Amino acid sequence: MLEARSLVKRFGAFEAVRGVDFEIARGESFGFLGPNGAGKTSTMRMVSAVSQPSAGSLSIFGLDPRAHGPEIRGRIGVVPQDDSLELELSVRLNIEMYGRYFDLPRRVLRERTDELLEFARLSERADSKVDDLSGGMKRRLTIARALVNRPELLILDEPTTGLDPQARHLLWERLYRLKREGVTLIITTHYMDEAEQLCDRLVVMDSGTIVAEGAPRELIGRHSSREVVELRFGTDAPEQMQDVLAPYAERVEVLPDRVLLYVADGDDALRAVHGSGLAPVSTLVRRSSLEDVFLRLTGRTLVD
Amino acid sequence: MTSIEPGLGRARWRRSWWYHAVLYAQTWRGSVVSSVLFPIFYLASMGIGVGHLVAHHTGLVQGQSYLRYIAPSLLATTTFQLGESESLWPVLGSVKWIRVYHAAAATPLEPRDILYGKLSWVATRSFATGVAYTAIIAAFGAVQSWWGLTLPLIGALITLAFAAPLTAYAARVDSDASFTMIYRFAFVPMFLFSATFYPIAAYPGYLRPVVQLVPLYHGVALVRAAAFGQGSLPAQLAHVAVLGAIALAGVAWGRVTMRRRLAD
Repeated sequence: MLEARSLVKRFGAFEAVRGVDFEIARGESFGFLGPNGAGKTSTMRMVSAVSQPSAGSLSIFGLDPRAHGPEIRGRIGVVPQDDSLELELSVRLNIEMYGRYFDLPRRVLRERTDELLEFARLSERADSKVDDLSGGMKRRLTIARALVNRPELLILDEPTTGLDPQARHLLWERLYRLKREGVTLIITTHYMDEAEQLCDRLVVMDSGTIVAEGAPRELIGRHSSREVVELRFGTDAPEQMQDVLAPYAERVEVLPDRVLLYVADGDDALRAVHGSGLAPVSTLVRRSSLEDVFLRLTGRTLVD
Repeated sequence: MTSIEPGLGRARWRRSWWYHAVLYAQTWRGSVVSSVLFPIFYLASMGIGVGHLVAHHTGLVQGQSYLRYIAPSLLATTTFQLGESESLWPVLGSVKWIRVYHAAAATPLEPRDILYGKLSWVATRSFATGVAYTAIIAAFGAVQSWWGLTLPLIGALITLAFAAPLTAYAARVDSDASFTMIYRFAFVPMFLFSATFYPIAAYPGYLRPVVQLVPLYHGVALVRAAAFGQGSLPAQLAHVAVLGAIALAGVAWGRVTMRRRLAD
């Protein structure tokens, strides 16, 4: 339903997106993972037919956004990073007024708003001023607002940034439900757990390019070991650890605050490290995650 | 320019107009009382108070009592203020702080639809204000010609001559730092020196061309001519042309700045 070829976005001399290719199928939930400034938001704005590509080709629902922007946007829902809600107005009016932008008749809107309030678990707050809502509620309202035109494609930019764990999980649960109903989802995030939870397939972006593509488990299998041992060594300069620990792992990654050992079996490796007389202050054995994939591909961590 | 898809091509800007109208309907309380009381207080103070002095010293001003002379200019200054107050901070807020225009740009609306909706709504409000003010001015005996019926339209034109370029400007800046300067060094002098409180003939000859460069002057001259049924038609058409040209230039500029802001 969506195809991008050598997509480029330039702002003056700055190239925010430098020739990316991807395809998204109907019903799929597709992620863009990367740190801030990777070009995710610029890509999202092109994919939502709001900003025009500087070069390359983009097809959404088989249409060219340069010629059919309004029609494409009529079939998309967008959840921007900042909620951009009308703070002085009630929850209900925020949805109804937005629905008018899609030329929906008032009667249809009233019914649909009730459904959406139910979906977003905001029915009891329907008449509250948006200003009085919590961050999680505002986010759910923004999602409800984006669904007012019954979009075939829902685009979410950093949907859970700034939310507490409980609010995140409620939001994820709502997104699963949409996915089950057949809505295609595009999600950007710099949280690897979110990408693992929500995305069937994802691309990893860094400095305006795509550095890897695949299903989360597949990417981990391809670019990382099965398990990771995290070691912290008090105040010692960790740089020299690279050589010291090399024999115990497939790969050693030295970060400012800890050392990561990429291994097949974490407990075995940890025993070997202890056996050699090294005394880390704390240790952790875990499964490989997308964070490790990102670190491997870019040499940087996702969240600084 | 217009799209041919069913349901999407039909005047999308009207949806933006409607949005602003509903928003106003939700938040207007209070502003109505002040917008009716203010002109009455103003006319009472300036017209009766200052008018008393004027009557003592010079008698009538261009055949009118001072109160009646300044009453129409109130419509010009009010519609001017409506144009500027609706344009700077509210527009910057909508594109930068609360970003509701960005939310609108993710719907079938194009940036220009959002611009047209905004400006047409401000013009609508100005027209409605103009109707009320024309009635108040008439109550003070200052509407003396059938041309007075055009006063609300003139008011809307004055509003657009300010709202259009200021909206365009506010859509392109990144902070409101310059807004206060514009108020101090453009709006306040404009309000004071546009021959609002006296005829332009009160200025020495060499200053009159300067005053004529000020957009609001053309609004003040126009409302006065319409209210009193004075002045030549070509002269009034020239005033309309000046205000109309500024408004159109503002719309053209706004199309550029809105697109850059919302769709780049």
